Amino acid sequence: MKNIFIPLITIIGILLSLTTVSAGLIWLERRLLALWQDRYGPNRVGPFGLFQVIADMIKIFAKEDWVPPFADRAVFILAPAIIMIAVLMSFAVIPFAPAIEVVNLDIGLLFFLAMSSLSIYSLALSGWASNSKYSLLGALRGAAQMLSYEVFMGLSLMGVVIVSGSFNMRAIVEAQRDTWFFIPQFPGFIIFFISGLAETHRLPFDLPEAENELVAGYHTEYSGIKFGMFFVGEYLGITLISALITTLFFGGWLGPVLPPVVWFLLKTLLFICVFILLRASLPRIRFDRLMSFGWKVILPLSLLNVAITGAIVLLWS
Amino acid sequence: MLSLIKAAWKVFLHAFKKRVTVQYPEEKPYLPPRWRGRIILSRDPDGGERCVACYLCAVACPVDCIALQATEDKDGRRYPAFFRINFSRCIFCGYCEEACPTYAIQLTPDYEMSEYARTSLVYEKEDLLINGTGKYPGYNYYKVAGLAIGGKGKGEAQKETPPVDVRSLMP
Repeated sequence: MKNIFIPLITIIGILLSLTTVSAGLIWLERRLLALWQDRYGPNRVGPFGLFQVIADMIKIFAKEDWVPPFADRAVFILAPAIIMIAVLMSFAVIPFAPAIEVVNLDIGLLFFLAMSSLSIYSLALSGWASNSKYSLLGALRGAAQMLSYEVFMGLSLMGVVIVSGSFNMRAIVEAQRDTWFFIPQFPGFIIFFISGLAETHRLPFDLPEAENELVAGYHTEYSGIKFGMFFVGEYLGITLISALITTLFFGGWLGPVLPPVVWFLLKTLLFICVFILLRASLPRIRFDRLMSFGWKVILPLSLLNVAITGAIVLLWS
Repeated sequence: MLSLIKAAWKVFLHAFKKRVTVQYPEEKPYLPPRWRGRIILSRDPDGGERCVACYLCAVACPVDCIALQATEDKDGRRYPAFFRINFSRCIFCGYCEEACPTYAIQLTPDYEMSEYARTSLVYEKEDLLINGTGKYPGYNYYKVAGLAIGGKGKGEAQKETPPVDVRSLMP
């Protein structure tokens, strides 16, 4: 009996805290953007404006759940669920602390890559099912972007795999006891960070959404809770990528004095803040530029990184 | 790449700059005396209404938000029977104030006039009329106008000489 309940409690706890945290990120992002734009941001509702999230959620839940008559109904409803499911599934393999993990997969990294590739279906399907030109343009861009970053995203992680000798997340974290991997794998870290930005559709690469060109991109036709799912899905994606950067390059839960979970959360929060800082400072790039940058610059660089890392590891051992 | 990092760093430094937000309900902004806000109707120093219901404000108004009806009292002094400003239409351009020949209609530095119902934004004469003289303390239209009215004959206004019989002006 005990063996069934503990994983169940872990899963429910992680799911609940993740959705709460990613909803809270909406507040964090607005406050931080305001901070970097010499404003205050939402500071009226509750202490430091924290209850703004609750107010937003009440609003989004109470809104009419409307499906446009011209939309492909089944796919339209399915699309926002896919992004949430794909991103939340990826969290299953992330070791938050030595004792807090849903499943200890030997191919954890591959599982993450597979799930993150699935989340693009959400964009493509929502853009297609909306039957509107802006949504379709957003989905097109999303697909093009996926083509350009997904390749080097996987390749950038191979360096980590070579150095640690495992696809298992827990083994990767344990391999960082001496040096965190962002030192030997600095190019890999930069490349993964860039592809992570593209994966979450954050600002230098938010082409599928591009609210000042495409209304709201792929979720133009969405409203109410379905839009809320896209929204929370985006913030879940940020949390996921930050958690992965922490796990793969910054030693996961490792750290002195403080308990492991706190170290993990602190590092993750730091990267979330970096994501938001980049949103506050960088302009959006054109999507053909993104593709040529991905294929002509980053892909050779990541191949080079893999080759050099492999050579060094071979010579060392 | 380096310029992007530099840009991000510069943005980050803004975290320590002074905020530009004015936290409005607690912190009121400075309003210049000539601020064009809520419209009022002023009275002359004797307490009489300055408005002579000439309709010039209603004509000048580009959004047609002023409605009034002229009438006369027993002295023949014109005044508006009703004077109505629809503030849901008003754009606070101040043309009515410029058009007014008697300084009756004036714009004040007050902008806190939000309402829950749209109809509450229609101000009647009793809402508009104030007890003071507004921006022009000493001014009394009927005391300077050459009009014979209410016990004041021709030529009895301030800085006015009695009328001359033109037929007596012989060379």
